[in-house]
Amino acid sequence: MTNVNLTVNGKPVRRDVPDTTLLSDFLREDLRLTGTHVGCDTSQCGACVVHVNGKAVKSCTALAVSLDGAEVTTIEGVAQGRELHPMQAAFNDHHALQCGFCTPGMIMSGIDMVNRYRAAGKDLDAETIRHELEGNICRCTGYHNIVRAIEDAAARIQGADAPAHAAE
Amino acid sequence: MYPTKYHKPASLEDAVAGLRSAEDGALLAGGQTLLPTMKQHLAAPTDLIDIRGIDGMSGIRVEGDVLVIGAATTHAEVAGSSDVQAAIPALAQLASGIGDAAVRHMGTIGGSVANNDPVADYPSAVLALGATIVTDRREIAAEDYFQGMFMTALEEAEIIRELRFPKPRRAAYAKFPNPASRYALVGVFVADTAAGACVAVTGASESGVFRHEGLEAALSGDFSADAVDGVEISSEGFMSDIHADADYRANLVRVMARRAVAALG
Amino acid sequence: MTEGIGARVKRTEDRRFITGKGKYTDDIRMENQAYAAFVRSPHAHAKVTGIDRSAAEAMEGVVAVLDGHQLTGDGIGNIICGWAITSKDGSAMNMGAWSALATDRVRYVGDAVAVVIADTAAQARLAAEAVEVEYEELPAVTNAEKALAEGAPQLHDNAPGNLIYDWEIGEEAATDEALAGAAHVTELPIVNNRVSPNAMEPRSAVAIYDEADEHYTLYTTSQNPHVARLVLSAFYNVAPEHKLRVVAPDVGGGFGSKIYIYPEEITCLWASMKTGRSVKWTSTRSEAFMTDAHGRDHVSKARIGFDTEGKIVGLKVDTIANFGAYMSLFSSAVPTYLYATLLSGQYDIQNIHCNVRAVYTNTVPVDAYRGAGRPEACYLVERLMETAAREMGADPAELRRKNFITEFPHQTPVIMNYDSGDFHGNLDKAMAAADVAGFDERRKEAAARGKLRGLGYSCYIEACGIAPSAAVGSLGAGVGLWESAEVRVNPVGTIEVLTGSHSHGQGHETTFAQVVADRFGVPLNSVSIVHGDTDKVQFGMGTYGSRSGAVGLSAISRAMDKVEAKVKKIAAHTLEAAEDDIVIEGGEVKVAGTDRKMAWHEVGLAAYTGHNLPPDMEPGLKEGAFYDPVNFTFPAGAYICEVEVDPDTGVTEIVQFTAADDFGTIINPMIVEGQVHGGVAQGIGQALLENVVYDDAGQLLTGSYMDYAMPRAWDTPFYTLEHNTTVCPNNPLGLKGCGEAGAIGAPPAVINAITDAIGDNDLQMPATPQKVWRMIQATQTPIAAE
Repeated sequence: MTNVNLTVNGKPVRRDVPDTTLLSDFLREDLRLTGTHVGCDTSQCGACVVHVNGKAVKSCTALAVSLDGAEVTTIEGVAQGRELHPMQAAFNDHHALQCGFCTPGMIMSGIDMVNRYRAAGKDLDAETIRHELEGNICRCTGYHNIVRAIEDAAARIQGADAPAHAAE
Repeated sequence: MYPTKYHKPASLEDAVAGLRSAEDGALLAGGQTLLPTMKQHLAAPTDLIDIRGIDGMSGIRVEGDVLVIGAATTHAEVAGSSDVQAAIPALAQLASGIGDAAVRHMGTIGGSVANNDPVADYPSAVLALGATIVTDRREIAAEDYFQGMFMTALEEAEIIRELRFPKPRRAAYAKFPNPASRYALVGVFVADTAAGACVAVTGASESGVFRHEGLEAALSGDFSADAVDGVEISSEGFMSDIHADADYRANLVRVMARRAVAALG
Repeated sequence: MTEGIGARVKRTEDRRFITGKGKYTDDIRMENQAYAAFVRSPHAHAKVTGIDRSAAEAMEGVVAVLDGHQLTGDGIGNIICGWAITSKDGSAMNMGAWSALATDRVRYVGDAVAVVIADTAAQARLAAEAVEVEYEELPAVTNAEKALAEGAPQLHDNAPGNLIYDWEIGEEAATDEALAGAAHVTELPIVNNRVSPNAMEPRSAVAIYDEADEHYTLYTTSQNPHVARLVLSAFYNVAPEHKLRVVAPDVGGGFGSKIYIYPEEITCLWASMKTGRSVKWTSTRSEAFMTDAHGRDHVSKARIGFDTEGKIVGLKVDTIANFGAYMSLFSSAVPTYLYATLLSGQYDIQNIHCNVRAVYTNTVPVDAYRGAGRPEACYLVERLMETAAREMGADPAELRRKNFITEFPHQTPVIMNYDSGDFHGNLDKAMAAADVAGFDERRKEAAARGKLRGLGYSCYIEACGIAPSAAVGSLGAGVGLWESAEVRVNPVGTIEVLTGSHSHGQGHETTFAQVVADRFGVPLNSVSIVHGDTDKVQFGMGTYGSRSGAVGLSAISRAMDKVEAKVKKIAAHTLEAAEDDIVIEGGEVKVAGTDRKMAWHEVGLAAYTGHNLPPDMEPGLKEGAFYDPVNFTFPAGAYICEVEVDPDTGVTEIVQFTAADDFGTIINPMIVEGQVHGGVAQGIGQALLENVVYDDAGQLLTGSYMDYAMPRAWDTPFYTLEHNTTVCPNNPLGLKGCGEAGAIGAPPAVINAITDAIGDNDLQMPATPQKVWRMIQATQTPIAAE
């Protein structure tokens, strides 16, 4: 057992866990944050994507002990109270989910890609989104509405940026 | 996974010592290959030595005509680095196509080169660019380093510290992804260097990454896409599996080589 | 109405999924929970000669190690196939014994021989590796044609030659005669490749035994919890139905794979009783590839004949269906009544004969997967039509039009009676949306870029809402295929609908509520849909075969009829009017043509106070219905796929996919479009990427996403969708069903497009880059010897 300290969704957490504990198990079993899902055992489906220190990672492919001191955001920590994150809202608006199992990972990957492209000052068009979704598999939606939702959320977030720039 | 003990040494010396004292130690650099393998019970190291806490193990810098990348530098960092994009854009492009966005945030160049997976992308760049692998104890030339699939010149408890890439005149990488795993079914890295044209192929051979002499000879005389067409690509020693047999891989070597050269304009 | 039938209402269930608050089976944790891990055969075929449990039993955290002898010793019954098919010689099908834990023989890689129950999942898994099973290997066979051959390894003693049944439909002599007289006959070998369903949520079970009440609860990933309870009780002897509750909470996709009751669920229930612990098992993806029922796997020879005018005179098909090692729950019906009955397609064909041989092999059992039989039929017919058109120099659309059925009802020679449709209209809409007229220009432009562009059609018809019960019973079904519903109006006027349908992505919580809101004029948010729990919903047959709309909603509609009748009686009594004069509109119950009215909730309150009800009326406002359809429904459509093939690599890119569907009445277009998107993507997956591969020794080569190619965002296009509605005349809402159409219609459209592009019709799925490249090489490279 090793003591692990993390900040998860803004709250400090501390647990003694075996060294073999994957971040996904730590979140699901130790913290009971079951919104992070596990859909494969070869690090490919992306249902388990969370943010570690602001970057998307596959929580099934990271040891909790190796992340001591990190800030972790899961799907449960994305909304501001009752107010949905624009990516969550866009998924609802565009019918970008059916069974909902891949959805948390899709949303976390979607937010990550919008953040990265904004930071780099690059456009996130549909073709780019499809490439960026390489590591997220959905069996229900045929991706059409997921791509549309991420496009729309990117535009909304970009739009929300604009007034701030104008005010400067 | 099987029980294991996690260590996070603060120095390279401690990491080497940790590896030496472990019954069956393994280095953890990004874990994007090792952890899935351990989850599948296909690997069972008694100790994991995480090198990401060691000062100076990650980072990118330019030293004259040499691009230096720390072993624990992630694929995302390489892909997004303005230094890499300026010095060897093909390397940034290669890094941006490894795995997926989440994998690139964790996976590292040192981990990839140490593992020498025959379908990994980086070995082709390291070999074609004539990079130097700098370890805790010595420098190894790329041509001496790769010794067959999953085999390298690394000795017991030897740890890669950084990779030194001499800048080529120009270089490009073209990859044909496996439709399932999205690893390289074939990847061809072409570099126009001071030593002539260098072409390294990954994904194809049962012996791992290799330099293609025929393509190099053709391109050394005429560094153009058309020069690729006349080269015979033998499929001997190429891998055959459910996704691609040796002959198809040989075709892809030609097509990817052509596309890589064509991308240079 | 903005929330009623036809409205594009956003899904009300989404909020819990997008905030991470969904509750799936693996999210459940019980007090005193232990974990199961299965000991599985590494061999495709072997005798089990011994099991040594001692090492595993001594390991940390291990509660019990249990095997098949204990399981059968406790009276747990064999897993059964619930649809009896009779061979053409009159003999019954040969169902081999399938124990949840094998006792003396294993028949596929992954066949479970023992289970370890331990305090943690990791301990269970480690201990399962320590169980030493002694095997005596036997030769294996994985290919169905080879399994039928003389001298092939035999799987079950009661199935000589590995033959499960040899079944036929239609008139063979008449069909032979028609083909003999045909002006043109097109003949094709057709392989429908084996695929793995891959719902993103792996299967999971939490079994809880309450010793005091001798009661069991099973939380599980099921598309039909009531069917699970029925089978677990009646056939597997786990517990009587009144002592067994099955709950299917949020379920992450099914596509057929979660219809069946697998060895793992049975074993967890039994192990919970044996150990006194709640027992959880969650499949890994690797286990899913090894144990979830696969789909398709047909090999057929087909011949279709035409007269000089291009009219079809006959169709003859010989199919071999690979069933895997055991007969799964609905396996027998798939290549018979769900397949051969659709071989008439959208065409007026007077002579059809189909022979089907079902075969055991040393592979995972095969059962219904999205479409179940209809994709195999559609693929065969539509590949034949396209190929025939090319052979005869006819336009593929025109050849189809020449043979379209235009009058309804239409009786085919293979049981089905099509009730409605507009096949020309579907094709018109698809061709306009796909700009077929501009294709030649696009092909030239692509050629200039070095790409081979092709266009392919698929005019599919399928059958949903399999029924009526008496008919399917006469054909061998072990259950009735009706659906039940209960509509409860609360004293405050809010409404709960209990349905036997199960939503695992289909959006019932929204669409079913839309139908209720539409009927009673109440707000959508005053209606809630309850499903998936045998303690709450009395009975139900679940969700598969696109039956939730056509059958499930029809039951709700019937229950609403009864509610409406009682509401009108109460209102007539209260408002002193004639029942016939009462209308329900906009949340009010009115006397037509007057200003006398009651608010909807006032009627509810009146029903429950009972202060002033008509004489002899019982208080309360709750009605139930069991709806048994009179016929299947027949969704149909026209799909057009346009591809570009890279001749250098053989890579196919889908550049345009157009679907024009006739689903009857559409409740929520947004959700219907989502169903088509997903179905088409699965069809594209089967056509281009997906393929389960076993080696000759029976080892599964595609055991993870490293080797089984799933369609990703980059592999799929934006889809262009059209609707052409003809209302189904046989159910109250005019619904046909939309859940499987995409997976049925898409594969032939994709393959027809590729074969058009490369100029070679002899292509089998999946059209991998290697395969396509090799075909291009063969057709475009001159033979050296010449």
